[in-house]
Amino acid sequence: MQVTEYKPKIVAFCCNWCSYAGADLAGNNRLAYPAEVKIIRVPCSCRVNPMFILRAFQRGADGVIICGCHPGDCHYTSGNYYTRRRMALLFSMLNYLGIEKERTRVEWVSAAEGAKFAATMNDFVQTVAALGENKRLEDLRCKL
Amino acid sequence: MQALTREVLLDRAKALFADGTVDRAYGWKRGEFDYDVTPGLFRSVEEMEKEFVFDDFCGANFSKYLVEETRKGEGKILVFLKPCDTYSFNQLLTEHRFDREKVYAVGIPCEGMADVTKLKAEAAEGIRSITAEKEGFVVHTLYDGDKTVPRTEGLSERCLVCKSKKHVAYDELLGEDGEVADSARFDEVARLEAMNADERFAFWQRELSRCIRCNACRDVCPACTCETCVFNNPNSGVESKAPVTSFEEQMFHIIRAFHVAGRCTDCGECSRVCPQHIPLHLLNRKFIKDINAFYGEYQAGAEVGSRAPLVNYTTADLEPGEAVQRGNEHA
Amino acid sequence: MRKIAVAKLDALFAAMAKTHTVYLPADGADGRAQYTRWEAGVVYSTALNTVRSAKDFFFPQTENLMDFKMEGKSIELIDTRDEGEDFIVFGVRACDVRSFDVLDRVFLAEPVDSYYAARRAHGVIFSMACTRPAETCFCKTFGIDAAEPAGDVACYIDADTLYLDAKTEKGEAVLAALGLEDSDTAAVDAQKALIRERLDALPLSGLSAAAFGGDKLDEYFERPEWKTLSETCLGCGTCTFVCPTCQCYDIRDFKTNTGVRRYRCWDSCMYSEFTKMSAGQPRLTQLERFRQRFMHKLVYYPANNDGIFGCVGCGRCLSRCPISMNIVKVMKTLGGKNV
Repeated sequence: MQVTEYKPKIVAFCCNWCSYAGADLAGNNRLAYPAEVKIIRVPCSCRVNPMFILRAFQRGADGVIICGCHPGDCHYTSGNYYTRRRMALLFSMLNYLGIEKERTRVEWVSAAEGAKFAATMNDFVQTVAALGENKRLEDLRCKL
Repeated sequence: MQALTREVLLDRAKALFADGTVDRAYGWKRGEFDYDVTPGLFRSVEEMEKEFVFDDFCGANFSKYLVEETRKGEGKILVFLKPCDTYSFNQLLTEHRFDREKVYAVGIPCEGMADVTKLKAEAAEGIRSITAEKEGFVVHTLYDGDKTVPRTEGLSERCLVCKSKKHVAYDELLGEDGEVADSARFDEVARLEAMNADERFAFWQRELSRCIRCNACRDVCPACTCETCVFNNPNSGVESKAPVTSFEEQMFHIIRAFHVAGRCTDCGECSRVCPQHIPLHLLNRKFIKDINAFYGEYQAGAEVGSRAPLVNYTTADLEPGEAVQRGNEHA
Repeated sequence: MRKIAVAKLDALFAAMAKTHTVYLPADGADGRAQYTRWEAGVVYSTALNTVRSAKDFFFPQTENLMDFKMEGKSIELIDTRDEGEDFIVFGVRACDVRSFDVLDRVFLAEPVDSYYAARRAHGVIFSMACTRPAETCFCKTFGIDAAEPAGDVACYIDADTLYLDAKTEKGEAVLAALGLEDSDTAAVDAQKALIRERLDALPLSGLSAAAFGGDKLDEYFERPEWKTLSETCLGCGTCTFVCPTCQCYDIRDFKTNTGVRRYRCWDSCMYSEFTKMSAGQPRLTQLERFRQRFMHKLVYYPANNDGIFGCVGCGRCLSRCPISMNIVKVMKTLGGKNV
């Protein structure tokens, strides 16, 4: 099947205090997740500006996932609550514009949840792979 | 036709100039034709007597001009505010964008403003003059005689679904205050939500691809008061003077709508000024509709000092995944 | 002079399309006319003015100049120009036809802009006389006769017949290949008289540009009226982007994933970052930017171009400006009784 041939490019914005450590734990525990996931470390999930997400799609990402601390566990008390509202509205808007809603996701992954990190990434990569390449939010110039 | 005449407004302005309450006034200036009214700053009663107008073509909202003008001079500025303008006025106050003490706001009722493009479309090219009569807009054309456009067909879209005839800010009110209306303004958003993703994408591609990136939507927007816009900032990496690809058109409009989400009062100026008639208000209204559905009813500008939904949260907010699902259920 | 029945327009466009790409005004999804590439099913719109002007064909909003590809330490230069196809722009109004002259004086003067020149060489202009000029029209002010549009072929639509009159060798060559029926000029002559009568009856027909010109710099530059005129200007680029003669552009580099694409795009003197240099923008306030645009059209351009004005009176800025400020109001305010 084509799904196994095609490897989507995934950008994962990971909070320094939880999900990034969760990714570390996944590695330490030798839990496999696809190499197509490119992690960008951010100080808090609420550092992620909607523009970052759109720019990732522009530059060739097929899916963007944002990982932060569980609600209530933010290192800065409330950052991820703001993330939750922003992304709820942004994702709903992208969906409204006809961008496939499966290409964006927010997951809460703590530093202890290495297994959840790997499982989340595996699932997200599979979901995006099934959609195929991102055509609707790409900038053709980047492909030169 | 408007409830108040030019003379009522002019007399009040004259009195305010005369007793020294104000030393300049924002008002609408007569154009070359009946419909091309220019927002302007008057510095004397004489100027106002000569050029001031108030009729069905006074759509321009003065709130944003106050941001810069209140920084100049010591005297007060008279500003006439239609009900929808008062929401922008309040929102700017909430964001501490101008000094309230330097403004004298006079609320005036509004019966809806005309959309000249609609009148031109209804009455072909060549308009000699337009008069507002009881039965509608009578367009005196150059070549096809007089044509009457029913009022409901000649009004701007934003006025047809007017959200409020109530003034939420003023120092004094001329005429009667109205009520917050039960508006059908989200119907068009719901219609889009009911489409499938491909149809929605096609719709927005068709609309946004006309964008010439003149920035009129941003420059007129009372919520867009950044000193340097991210799209003008050479260090932002997204500065661009032209939408080179469909991605750039989309990004500009998504980000702009997002930047005003929770602060947009739905005044509709963006769609009014768009030279390509892109229904930009449908982006803003989607955010407003979602905010209402997810976080409770919120009208930006309804009161000074209210906390905007995007700088607020509750621990029980819904997850982004659910939001996308619910945003699709047009209730 | 040649003629063809309006009912046979589709056949005419089909014949043209055999040798040229054909562009014509057609009503878009929003009901307003835009230049559209003709293919079966596209209907010619007689609307007076397209929203965007015809300058797009020769001076597009964005245009790729070249690509740079980087591999290791080597940089490869790629000329992105395509060969250029012959094309016909059908239905260009007299004002827009004049706008090409205005642009030519900028882009075809030494050093010649080869990108622009190539497009001009490949383009054939079919102009269209304006039987129903609008209240916003003032082409006569700048010596343009809408009854006698220039271009390679001048067209007239009278009742059910389209008349085509070749004005240049290029136009004649295209017409000859189409094998159209010959016609006398009686109907067109009558139409010209009607058009001139209508032009004289327009509300702006008395507008005169005589008070302006290349020698008027001192007279207008410091006028206090600029302040009130520009006071509520939003600083958007609508007027410049719908204008058929505005020709300012910026050249920018876009970093692709493997190299750089150099492109040029329209710029607007109304923008705060126009001609921004290391020391900033030379025109610090909107007053200066606003003045620049109108002084350029009415004074600077004629000073450098044998007195030809940089405005063609198409009226687009009159109907598109968000605050309804425009060149007519500027001329009347500054010129006073002389306008």
